[in-house]
Amino acid sequence: MNAFCDISLTVNGERVNERVEARKSLVDFLREDLTLTGSHVGCEHGVCGACTVRVDGEIVRGCLMLAVQCDGASVETIEGVSDSGEIADLQEAFQQRNALQCGFCTPGMLLTAQALLRNGSVPSREDIREHISGNYCRCTGYHAIVDAVTAVAQARAGGRK
Amino acid sequence: MKITADVPSPLTALDRPNSYIGRAVPRPNLARMTQGRAQYVSDVVLPRMAHVTFLRSPYAHARIVKIDKSAAEKARGVVAVVTGTELSEVITPWVGVLSHLKGIKSAPQHAIAVDRACWQGEAVCAVVARTRAEAEDACELIDIEYEELTPVTDPETALAPKTPVIHPELGDNLTFERTLDVGEVDKAFAESDAVVEATFLFGRHTGVTNEPRAIVADWNPGEQRLTVYQGTQAPHMMQNLFAKHLGLEEHQVRVLTKDVGGSFGIKVHTYADEMATVALSKLLKRPVKFVADRIESFVTDIHARDHRVKGKIGVKKDGTITAFEIDDLTGIGPYSVYPRTSGIEANQVVNLVGGPYQCPNYRARARVVFQNKNVMCQYRAVGHPIATGVTEGLVDLAAAKIGIDPAELRRKNLYPDDGYPATAASGLKFEKLSHHASLDKILSMMEYEALCAERDAKRKEGIYRGIGLASFIEVTNPSAAFYGVGGARISSQDGATVRLDATGAIFIHSGVTEQGQGAEAVLAQCVASSFGVPIERVRVVTGDTDNVPYGGGTWASRAAGIGGEAAWQAGKALRQNVLAAAASILQAQPEGLDIVNGIVVDKGTTRERITLDEVARICYFRPDTLPPGFQAELMATRHYVPRAWPFAFTNGIQASYLEVDTDTGFVKLLKHWCVEDCGTVINPQLVDEQIRGGIVQGLGGALFEHCLYDERGQMLNGNMADYLVPMAVEMPDIEIGHVVTPTADSELGAKGAGEAGTAGAPAAVMNAINDALRPLGAKPLTAMPFTPGVILRAIGKV
Repeated sequence: MNAFCDISLTVNGERVNERVEARKSLVDFLREDLTLTGSHVGCEHGVCGACTVRVDGEIVRGCLMLAVQCDGASVETIEGVSDSGEIADLQEAFQQRNALQCGFCTPGMLLTAQALLRNGSVPSREDIREHISGNYCRCTGYHAIVDAVTAVAQARAGGRK
Repeated sequence: MKITADVPSPLTALDRPNSYIGRAVPRPNLARMTQGRAQYVSDVVLPRMAHVTFLRSPYAHARIVKIDKSAAEKARGVVAVVTGTELSEVITPWVGVLSHLKGIKSAPQHAIAVDRACWQGEAVCAVVARTRAEAEDACELIDIEYEELTPVTDPETALAPKTPVIHPELGDNLTFERTLDVGEVDKAFAESDAVVEATFLFGRHTGVTNEPRAIVADWNPGEQRLTVYQGTQAPHMMQNLFAKHLGLEEHQVRVLTKDVGGSFGIKVHTYADEMATVALSKLLKRPVKFVADRIESFVTDIHARDHRVKGKIGVKKDGTITAFEIDDLTGIGPYSVYPRTSGIEANQVVNLVGGPYQCPNYRARARVVFQNKNVMCQYRAVGHPIATGVTEGLVDLAAAKIGIDPAELRRKNLYPDDGYPATAASGLKFEKLSHHASLDKILSMMEYEALCAERDAKRKEGIYRGIGLASFIEVTNPSAAFYGVGGARISSQDGATVRLDATGAIFIHSGVTEQGQGAEAVLAQCVASSFGVPIERVRVVTGDTDNVPYGGGTWASRAAGIGGEAAWQAGKALRQNVLAAAASILQAQPEGLDIVNGIVVDKGTTRERITLDEVARICYFRPDTLPPGFQAELMATRHYVPRAWPFAFTNGIQASYLEVDTDTGFVKLLKHWCVEDCGTVINPQLVDEQIRGGIVQGLGGALFEHCLYDERGQMLNGNMADYLVPMAVEMPDIEIGHVVTPTADSELGAKGAGEAGTAGAPAAVMNAINDALRPLGAKPLTAMPFTPGVILRAIGKV
């Protein structure tokens, strides 16, 4: 009844070979098969952004992509980018600014923010709000998140506005 | 009373040498959360764990004629297919009533429907399988024959004679009714220069926690113990209920909360599917996991609001408010939710309407009726947005009618800051509030006069901007008056156990829980301050009924004010114990010693006498060197519950500045302000973020969120694409200010801050929209949410 496929990919730099159901979403694969539970399942229809991960460098919705589509791809999750230190300054800024409360949206929010800041730009508060508007946060009211992302953008640009 | 910027708070007894009270200390649990290393219940996996999926009624009201589960039982991976009747052998039904809500009634509710489904989404059969996907596959193979019954959906006709009675044994569809008539209401209206009436509608909405409800139940027959991992705000309450309905003793049940991905009151209730999960674990003798998917969340997480309130205000020409009158009608679904009841919100509305204003004449009626929709119950700021919306909506309409500035009308009628203690017409007792200081502060923060001038200038350009104010009061720090007196086993007291470990660090075990609001940081701040250690040496343990003092958990803004005070007192008690031990070692007098920055010093000087790790080493490993007869006690427990006042009322005021696009009907929020008086501010950053988050939930209710139903009781927008929630781009920057009036009921003086934002935001937005549209001659808008269609109709564009 259910088709299974063998896939081979790298996840956070580690080689992974697994047999997965064709219908299995990427986020379910990461959470259930690889026990990388940092990516969260919020709505399962692409709206909330809690499942945001990176595939070949681009942020995607882990609930809208199938695991089999990632055959041959490089997938990065919050665990991977945490360990590499790539977003250490963003994480620190979120902690200092209390830009998270329950923390459930935070992994997706951080990866989304990093996608905005990666090119070295210093976006306006409006640009930041626009960019993170695919990521649902029910706790903070977003203000603190915008503050934290702004602070990191400015710091990375050496204080340049 | 004192107006502050952000830091520091005024310190009195709290003014310890290394006090963390009033400081924006970062929360201790954020590093793992930002690294994706938190552990939510939806992450929990246990050996032999199976997954349950519920087949849910497609009808709002239907008799279950027959269930054929034979095909499902043979499906791949299936462990068991269980009907409501079968499960009722394991778990007893419950009735959500409280004895102090006089006359409230409800019917027995089962974990899985037996014979009849009463709302679309009620579970009618369960499938337990090795994976969630296999359980869902098998659900499709269950054949259920229904006989559709007439659904009751409209609260307005729920009590009409020809409307079917949902629970015939109850006689009618009235769950609860409360009336109040104080002062001389008719006379006051007759003597008023203007009387304004309006009907306010508050759309049904829901919490939409980012992490859906999640539970893993693990019945171990070998231990005869049930371990439940559950994202709940009230672990001891759930421990009691699991035990009670499964026929166990409380000590046979352990509830662990782990990290909780959003709660807001959604996760403080008893859910039939969670009770079913626990019962299935007991039945199947293995761990069973249930995580609601988003559609299940929309049709089973408690809904809230859905009030229709007819309101009336009388006012004199000089602006004196003479009387308030309300008639509230609310529909709550087919059952009053257990054990807190679905009568509390309407009860709160009756209590809170008119709350900020000195007005002796008040008449109210609230009726709560059953209907065949998802259940409704307490969600963040229970009743407050309704009461504030009605009160502040009426105040603004009255101001417009007699031509007085809305801020002036408030100033004229708000309780004077030097007029406390005071008793409101509804009977609420106020210890000390600060309405005028709050009003003055917000007007100054928003530069009110300049803002009014800007608004007026823009109008000349055809840009319609509005300013809205909303004063409010907020119930926090609830005593036993909330639930305990009504017979529910929901503790109003809370406790903290504090322990010096063998290397001089401090452990706190507390009955309150952490759902992201920062309770653990607050507890650590309290104990670090009262005991005297750097906060880095404090470790906080919450959310485990085997290992924390019995308490109420976190709801109604009680964690800091009640849990924090218990922790503060426990820290003080442990300091005395440790000083006694140190004095014994040093052959000194305990009263001559103090603990500062983790070191025992001579009191009043910083002369170091002995380190804490040395005290701990001697007490734990070389007690033989202590004087005969001296026993060191390196652990202390203290409990706390407010006694002098049934609630710590807080107050505040919000303001909204927005622009209405008269071509599209869209509302653009330009700026939002809130001044709140939550007493002693233990952690200004956490308080500000509680208020901001709360405001955005209130803004959601005002502008976007609405659980839409058709006349057959079908929810029409049960997904996040159709049910709109506030996202970052629609939200404004939010400025927070504080006035500080500590409660004298506790040493810390902290009141709650969690509801304030949600309480006032919808009213502020409503008043701002009406202010913006008034020059266009629009009839005032009083039906939330204010969607573009609503606005375009109000100004005659469609």
